[in-house]
Parts: sequence; C-alpha cells; structure tokens
Amino acid sequence: MTTIRSTAAEMAAALAAGTTTSVELTNAHYAQIEKVDGAVHAFLHLDKEGALAQAEAVDAKRKSGTEMPPLAGVPLALKDLLTQKGVPTTCGSRMLEGWRPPYDSTVVSKLKAAGIVILGKTNMDEFAMGSSTENSAYGPTHNPWDLARIPGGSGGGSAAALAAFEAPLAIGSDTGGSIRQPAAVTGTVGVKPTYGGVSRYGLIAFSSSLDQAGPCARTVLDAALLHEVIAGHDERDSTSINAPVPQVVKAAKKLDVKGMKIGVVKELQGEGFQSGVLSRFHESLDALVSAGAELVEVSCPNFDYALAAYYLIAPSECSSNLARFDSMRYGIRVGDNGERSAEEVMKLTRHEGFGPEVKRRIILGTYALSSGYYDAYYGSAQKVRTLIMRDFNAAFAKVDVLVSPTAPTTAFKIGEQVDDPLAMYLNDIATIPVNLAGIGGMSVPCGLAAEDGLPVGFQIMSPAMRDDLMYQVGGTLEAALLSKWGAPILDKAPVLVGN
Amino acid sequence: MSGISRDDVAHLAKLARIEMNDAELDHLAKEMDVILGAVARVQEVAASDVPPTSHPIPVNNIVREDIVRPSLSPEEALSGAPAQSEGRFKVPQILGEE
Repeated sequence: MTTIRSTAAEMAAALAAGTTTSVELTNAHYAQIEKVDGAVHAFLHLDKEGALAQAEAVDAKRKSGTEMPPLAGVPLALKDLLTQKGVPTTCGSRMLEGWRPPYDSTVVSKLKAAGIVILGKTNMDEFAMGSSTENSAYGPTHNPWDLARIPGGSGGGSAAALAAFEAPLAIGSDTGGSIRQPAAVTGTVGVKPTYGGVSRYGLIAFSSSLDQAGPCARTVLDAALLHEVIAGHDERDSTSINAPVPQVVKAAKKLDVKGMKIGVVKELQGEGFQSGVLSRFHESLDALVSAGAELVEVSCPNFDYALAAYYLIAPSECSSNLARFDSMRYGIRVGDNGERSAEEVMKLTRHEGFGPEVKRRIILGTYALSSGYYDAYYGSAQKVRTLIMRDFNAAFAKVDVLVSPTAPTTAFKIGEQVDDPLAMYLNDIATIPVNLAGIGGMSVPCGLAAEDGLPVGFQIMSPAMRDDLMYQVGGTLEAALLSKWGAPILDKAPVLVGN
Repeated sequence: MSGISRDDVAHLAKLARIEMNDAELDHLAKEMDVILGAVARVQEVAASDVPPTSHPIPVNNIVREDIVRPSLSPEEALSGAPAQSEGRFKVPQILGEE
C-alpha cells in the first residue's frame, strides 16, 4: 500500500498501476502538512488550489490512456527562491513579501510538464544566505529529528519537508552547500548537480557563478528521477551546458562499485569534525570497500583556503545581484511620502527589507570589490578558486569520485550559532569546494552519530558532467547501509504527532 | 589586514544604498573586522603567477535569432510594482527640484 512514507518511485509505480491517484496522494500530503507543519514550519506558502488542479489533470489524462512521464502525479515541495507564476515567492525575505512572479522558472516549467504536483513553497535562509534557516524573515524551520535543532540551510524547509513526510520530493538550490548540508542533518538525500546542468532561469540569484538548483529526496533513486526531470540545456540561461544529461537514473540502479577508485580527501576529516560524524564516515568507507571499491587517500591542500575564498566571492556577487532590489519594479517600498527622493526611498527600503546576514554580506562584498581592496580580496579569492580547481583536476586524474563527510557536525540547536557568523560559516567547510569548482556533489545519509543520535551525511563529489558517478556510488552505499540497518534511517526519527 | 572603521562601514552602506543607524554601524564594524581578518588568508596563496577564475565553466556571449516571440504583457510586467501609473512604473523623484 502506498503511504506518505513510500518513496517517490513507489508512489509513481502505484499511480501507474492505478492503485492510487494523484488527488489521493496530494490530499494525504496536505493532511500531513496540516498535522505537523505547525511544529516543523517547512512551508511558507501552500498552493492547494493549483496543486489539486494539476493532480486532477494528471489523473484524468492517465485515465484516458495517455502515457505519462515517470513522476507524473507525485507531489513535491519547492524552495521559495524559484519563481512559480502567480504563487508567492519571497526568498525568505521581507523584501519580496507578497510578490507573485509573472512567470515560471525553467525548473518549474519542467516540473509542470512532467506532471509533478507542486504542494507549496519551502522556508529558507533569506536569499539563501545561511546554514540553519534561522535567517528566514518568517521564522526558523525545525528539524523533524529534534524540533529544538536546526534543519540546516539555506534549504532547511525542503529537507525538513522530506524528513517529516510532508513531501516525497523537493527542489533546493546549492551555492555553498544549501542542498547537501540540510540533507546531511535531516537524514535525507540532496544533490548539487554540475554547474550549468540545471537552468538558473527564474532562480533568484545570490551568487551567479556558484548557484545551482538540484533535487532533494529520501532515496538516491528518487533524487535521480527528479534530476532527470529538471536537468538539461536551456537557451534562457547562458551558462547552461549544451550536452546530454548524464544518465543518473541508470547509474542509481547499478548498485555496483567494483573496480571504482574512491578518493578520500585528507583535508576534509580532521580538526573540527565531530567524532560521531567521522566514525559513520569511516564505516561507510568500509561498506564501499566491501562492495568492491578501492580507496585512495587524496590530498587537496588548497581546500584549506576554500572557505575564505567563498566568503569573498559569494558576498561580492551577492552585493551586485541584490542591487536589483531597489523598490522600483517589484518588492516592497518603504518611506515613499511624496517628498523623499528615489535614492532615499531605496535606502530605507533596503534597510527594512533585508535582514542582518544579507546586509552583512552586501557590505562585505561591497568592500571586497571596492577600489583599493579589489586585488587583495576579490582578486586573491579568484586565484584561490583556480588553485582549488587544480586540486580537483589532479585528484580526478587518479580517482573516479571524491568523498568526505558532508558537514563537520550533526544538527546544532536553534540559536546556538546565530550570533557568531564565523562559526556558522564553518558548517559549509566540506561542501564549498564543490561549488567553487562547479562540479557535482551529493549527500547520502550514513547513520546516526553515537553521541547525539542525530543523522550524519556522506558526501560524494564527481567530475563536471559525470553526475552519474556520484549516483552510482550513492546508490551502492545506500543499498549496503540499508541491508545492514534493515530499515531506512528515517524510521528511527521520532514520529511527529502534531497538535 | 583589517582595521575597518565605523566610518568605512558608513561609506560602504552608502555605496550599497542601505540606511543604517549608529547601533548597526557599530555592530557591523566589529563583525567586519573579524570576518575580514579570517578571509584575508586567501592572500597567503594567491601568487602573482596564478590566473584568476571568475567562473567554473567558460562563459561566452550567446545570442539568439532576432525574432519576435511572446513575452510578458505590460500588465504582467507591472504586476509586482509597488506603484504604477498609466501603464508605467511610478517612482519617487530622481532629480532634485532646482
């Protein structure tokens, strides 16, 4: 029987077999949202009317005998930074409160064309800047494993929706780890595709050379099925890669890593990594060896500088991208009393509309790009980016994929790091190199840390446009751990009883 | 290198068109000092013979055929405007009155 705890692949099979309908599935997920989202706060907005209309249309088409795409009728949660025509899109910011975009992002167009049912928009750190979802202007999301803890960020809403069985699939975006780190701390799967693999048209830009939308799910196969829906060339994004989409579904089903060389990154497992994270990571390495992989220790010395480079490059690009929020064409406008100038209104609006972290990064980026400091900061960071890409290239000459823990710790308590930006930035230490190099990265659940019983993520990194390799390793690891545990990791999460 | 002053932050806020009160400027000046102190380490390895990378993949201008195709209607384009008038965006005064 299909339930909200089924995988997306199982739901799709039940829909195809006629044992359930999309309307039934959609209503079941809304019932769960009704029950638990008061406590979890994964969603900022629900689009019941639109979702049920899509579900009914898919059911009717299927009934008429039309052949349907693989995920047609399966519900999904959408991160609130992708435009969906007519549906509120806030990016977790007051700046866009009440804004309803007049167009669909390419990701949304593809989801709709695939018959996927978009339940609503998920919470996030404002403009995707953060690692805890505490920077949302609409209040934090709570981790379903422990409601006092963060669900990761910036895509904490999407990851929490999956872990709380409010949706079987979700879309996230990953600029420095915003898909993978939430996946790690919620016991779910998250994938950052190769840069240029998924169109950025309609994805509200934070750092354009790093941003990438990607699939979030509870299993590797589900993520792969969604990946193939949203990936592909788009003439509306000039950085979209015009090449065939890697065959990730086929790769996720291989369940075999015999003869594969897996590089263990020396720099991403030492100081600052929680002991329970490291022990689950090493167990997973053993599981991959048992499955026939060969481990190779790899050194990427410049990764030690990745965090510093990222916190110059991303704020620099953000200071430029967020200049578009000028209170003139969309978004809120503050203080327009008929006497103030456009510039004064702009300044007041940006003061009210942006939260502390966004302001911090705009100011940091403005500084790094300003004359006299450009070479020392932004210019140096761009050179580090080159060095990191060289480290990856040298490593991938020796191994098929690279691996590390996804995040240095399990989920921390809400409020614990909110006053310490540098501590917060360290959460992304293992995920950031992937974005700087534009390659693929995935987080797969690899167990619970002994000391706190919270989920740990295993990160797999693959060369650009070889996303299939990380799905192959991720699928194999998932299967090996499942046979060891006897049940999916989310079965160990507390059952949310609701109000 | 650090030592960013409150006045520096006030100047940056002006460049970035963000109004900031005294308390915000004081707080941000302290934070910027700490953050810049941490990120300045990029200078340790950024040797002069290392070329900078701005983008992970080569970026080229891509042009499409210059043909008319559907786009947003004026009503759709204006649908999110904070203020509008006669089918246009209505904005506060840009130039002074003199």
